[in-house]
Amino acid sequence: MSDTLWSQRQKATWKTKLGLAEMLKGGVIMDVTTAAEAKIAEEAGAIAVMALERVPSDIRIQGGVARMSDPKMIQEIQASVSIPVMAKCRIGHIVEAQILEALKVDFIDESEVLTPADDQFHIYKHDFQVPFVCGCRDLGEALRRIGEGAALIRTKGEAGTGNVIEAVRHMRTLMDQIRQLTRTPKEELMTFAKNIGAPFELVMEVSQTGKLPVPNFSAGGVATPADAALMRHLGAETVFVGSGIFKAADPKRMAHAIVEAVANYQNPSRLAAISTGLGQAIAGVDVRQLTDGQKLSLRGW
Amino acid sequence: MRIGVLALQGGYDPHARTLACFPEVQVSLVRYQAELDSVDALILPGGESTTIGKLLVLQGLWEPLRKRISGGLPVFGTCAGMILLSRQILGSQQLILGLLDISVERNAYGRQVESFEAEVEVSFSPERLNEKAPAVFIRAPRIIAVGPQVTVMAKHEGTPVLVREKNILAASFHPELTDSLEVHRYFLNQVC
Repeated sequence: MSDTLWSQRQKATWKTKLGLAEMLKGGVIMDVTTAAEAKIAEEAGAIAVMALERVPSDIRIQGGVARMSDPKMIQEIQASVSIPVMAKCRIGHIVEAQILEALKVDFIDESEVLTPADDQFHIYKHDFQVPFVCGCRDLGEALRRIGEGAALIRTKGEAGTGNVIEAVRHMRTLMDQIRQLTRTPKEELMTFAKNIGAPFELVMEVSQTGKLPVPNFSAGGVATPADAALMRHLGAETVFVGSGIFKAADPKRMAHAIVEAVANYQNPSRLAAISTGLGQAIAGVDVRQLTDGQKLSLRGW
Repeated sequence: MRIGVLALQGGYDPHARTLACFPEVQVSLVRYQAELDSVDALILPGGESTTIGKLLVLQGLWEPLRKRISGGLPVFGTCAGMILLSRQILGSQQLILGLLDISVERNAYGRQVESFEAEVEVSFSPERLNEKAPAVFIRAPRIIAVGPQVTVMAKHEGTPVLVREKNILAASFHPELTDSLEVHRYFLNQVC
């Protein structure tokens, strides 16, 4: 048994992948569908943009198979902003990921928001130079994705609903399991790993360090500055906002407000001022009305 | 000695962890002016310089920070922190403090897939020339010109990557993402 942590034994590029994830902490990553929206996001103070053809709420309404975006759109967005540009590939779609790497996107999101291409396996992400972010609902799923090479984890929430309840549930589940692991004696760790379906060495590492080996962000359902601040309060280091910005009545103001809220999440009087007079947020969906088939967060293995 | 790390956005955690290796240092995260007023020196971390600049203005920290650095506050900027300290950014009207006499080009080494690790040779003093130090470059800015008062302490492939002008130290790479403490030690012992 090696006496170094799993993280310390990873290849050289792991440091640059993880390094970019570290630099993205304490901010807001916004979904954008055009170069004009990307400019608005950058102007508002987004630390990165996620380039995709349809925001999750439109994918939800319009249905059909959701795939990787047209490279033309991704390149237009890359040309229009100086901040990092991320893009999504379908779960298990190795070739979409290779195409995104060839386009030199800064991060690939192997995302449950798109229709999965593989119902059993995710991409082996260590094979890529470009870093990956993946979604999770609990610690087991997070550590499986990290084992495959994800350099950044986001809890999934329920994308496109404008309803933060699933994001809260997933973050609370993840953080509770991490806290539990730090109190678990060594001889129980293998069974713990078996029960949550996670790589043993990563379970060992988390039990020692009390945190994931990669940054831990939040996604799925954030609609207001208060929602974004709530996710930071619960442990998210950065917040992804998808439909919440460009489906709000005044996207520019909402974008500015959410950026300011994430930086001031521990300051209620500032949050009160930030939340004032923003206009209508995304309408939102009661997730209890969704069938399992309509829940994007159940995708991922 | 109380060392602040500006914690509005970006890589403040790795700097705080690195500083925690020095027993004489009390680390404090800086988000508000009262916190800025209480520190003896400050690190401006990497991250997105456009976001950090905007948040400095929103938090009312821009002018107080400029005044303190102009008044001699020891400051160390890495990557985005270096961009914010610089006097000029190639082809950009982005808000900068303009206190360090260098010109920089943002993202000049390319996108994330071109991010890299390298060993750089640092000259800490006339007695300590060309010491090898590990460096991580992430979507790094390139220093394209340095003023007459600026000392170049390290180069990578002919380009300056670690520079000092009086109370200001700046690196285009991330020493805080490596296991080496030497650049931070230099900042604490020689700049502070």
